[in-house]
Amino acid sequence: MSSSKYLGFDTLTLHGGQRPDLATGARATPIYQTTSFVFQDTTHAASLFNLGRSGHVYSRISNPTVAVLEERVAALEGGVGGLATASGMAAIHLAITTLMGQGSHIVSSHALYGGTHNLLTYTLPRFGIDTTFVDPRDPAAFRAAIRPETRLLYAETIGNPRGEVLDVPAVAEVAHAQDLPLLLDSTLTTPWLLQPFDHGADLVVHSLTKFIGGHGIAIGGMVVDSGRFDWEKSGRFPTLTEPYAGFENMDFAEDFGPSAFLIRGRREGLRDFGAALSPTNAFHFLQGLETLPLRMQRHVENARRIISFLSDNAAVSHVNSPEIPGHPDHALAQRLLPRGCGSVFSFELQGGREAGRRFIESLQLFSHLANVGDAKSLVIHPASTTHARMGAEALQQAGITEGLVRLSVGLEDAEDLIADLGRALYRSQK
Amino acid sequence: MRFTVDGQEVFAATGAEPHHPGRPHITFIHGAGCDHTVWVLFARFFSRNGFNVLVPDLPGHGKSAGSPLTTVEQLAQWVSRFLDAANVQSTLLVGHSLGSLIALEAASRDPQRYTRVVLLGTAVPMIVGEPLLTVARDRNHAAVDMIMQFGHAFASQLGGNPVAGISVMNNNMRVLERGLPVNLYEDLNACHSYQNGIEAARRVKSPVMVVLGDLDRMTPPPAAQALIAALAAPDVRRIPDCGHMLMSEQPEAVHRALVAAAATH
Repeated sequence: MSSSKYLGFDTLTLHGGQRPDLATGARATPIYQTTSFVFQDTTHAASLFNLGRSGHVYSRISNPTVAVLEERVAALEGGVGGLATASGMAAIHLAITTLMGQGSHIVSSHALYGGTHNLLTYTLPRFGIDTTFVDPRDPAAFRAAIRPETRLLYAETIGNPRGEVLDVPAVAEVAHAQDLPLLLDSTLTTPWLLQPFDHGADLVVHSLTKFIGGHGIAIGGMVVDSGRFDWEKSGRFPTLTEPYAGFENMDFAEDFGPSAFLIRGRREGLRDFGAALSPTNAFHFLQGLETLPLRMQRHVENARRIISFLSDNAAVSHVNSPEIPGHPDHALAQRLLPRGCGSVFSFELQGGREAGRRFIESLQLFSHLANVGDAKSLVIHPASTTHARMGAEALQQAGITEGLVRLSVGLEDAEDLIADLGRALYRSQK
Repeated sequence: MRFTVDGQEVFAATGAEPHHPGRPHITFIHGAGCDHTVWVLFARFFSRNGFNVLVPDLPGHGKSAGSPLTTVEQLAQWVSRFLDAANVQSTLLVGHSLGSLIALEAASRDPQRYTRVVLLGTAVPMIVGEPLLTVARDRNHAAVDMIMQFGHAFASQLGGNPVAGISVMNNNMRVLERGLPVNLYEDLNACHSYQNGIEAARRVKSPVMVVLGDLDRMTPPPAAQALIAALAAPDVRRIPDCGHMLMSEQPEAVHRALVAAAATH
């Protein structure tokens, strides 16, 4: 938001989206663990179904606990609202399918989480949605790949695992020049490090599973809409600007203006695809959000100390983090990410795959698993796990080599983490 | 639904339902810098519950063409011409903020047509502070910021919208951002300049309901007392924990008030 008189970020992490429970006075957000909600009468029921009144019908569509989380994340991003989903991947799928159908095209960064790469490369083409992958460091490449049937530009704010920082204003300018929206996966930055709407992005997705939860106990996702993209002016989004026979011939943009995308996403996407977030998981994410500013600050501090340690270690040939002055995106990161670049980064180990195996198996404090953004420190070997289904060319494009190791630095004492890494690096070279 | 008024195209939402002969009409008039979308829940409810609904975008707002009109009197006359174009002889007229002044003035001029009037978030005079007028005239985003902060009760700034997942603050901000470059100043100045409110209230013959947000800092309840005193036996309702953006801050309370007004229409 543009004025300091608005409630601040830290306040919103604790209070956003919630008023003390009217029924009980509960200070914490109650878990409304219920499938459905009793109607007052038949007119009330009909009005809830056709969006003539506010309220909840069925927890696949909306739920009071989940709604608090949706509003809270939206408030932190500066968006008009949010749609919570069962996972981050469900959020990406919901965003795409709300915007387009068969015959559509996406221009995407090639520096993607492996799951997203699978969705765009293998799954969506079966439903007639194709993607052209481009270098995220080249806004002109996004422009050159746009076709008449393109409906979306897509990227991650920081690439995983090599830390490419997206020049959000430049790519947003490319998108808007063609009346297209820019959708960003902002999982690794969270709104504490970067608020993409302030730099021109139109839609944001999060895997809540990562830093927003921070505890590693729940899977969830979120789509947030800035409410600034003019779907009617663009003229390329009939799902939002033409009557929808599947919901009373609603013209979402005409009826709901800035919230059109979110209303369609809820009334079609959650209704039909059904990837709803459970109320209990929403509660877990709300607990996580309450400490997001404190945790992110510590994540960044710990990551910086470990980057410094690794950069000076003879067993490490290269560290990929925009925190380092030699990284190609260091200057861009200083401009867009003044609070830091998060705590997920990778490094190249001397000795390739076998050294990588010895390194990972020698670690004691770092957990070897497929996740990032946990309060606990994590490690993985992308070429054999998260990115295993990518072909050699795609792996090369994404800069993933056999010796690449990805770290997600947690909140432990930095000295303990450095000691653990030091031991494992020593053994990796034996 | 689209009409032509004064040679300009006018958009009016109908709650996504066609009009049916013989049904009573309900017409909603939006406030400064806004458009028809602020009434969406109510339009959709009444269109499915026995009413023909009209929610025009005022000239130069939303999807209506033309330039914004600059006085409440002009806007009241325009509403009458709009209803002529829509062939509406009688209607329940609901207005919010600037829309409430338009409704008041229109009802004072044509009691036969406006059979009942609901004024939401209203005050007479509706004074707009010079700092807000200045930044609105400059098309400065500070105007939107001021309305966001003074227009919403504190609880609404936190959230808790009964419309799941939508931020009341940020959604209203986007609506006003669309109006800022083209009509917000003209609308605020029309509110500020309107001198005829008390006289209009004395001339109104139709039953009037006044709905006020208890925590409204833009049109605070005390600022509506002169209006209330000038009206003949108005039905005055106050909504607790609610600022100036009544329809989005407390949609269920506004719903109940409108249903009560419509029941006696």
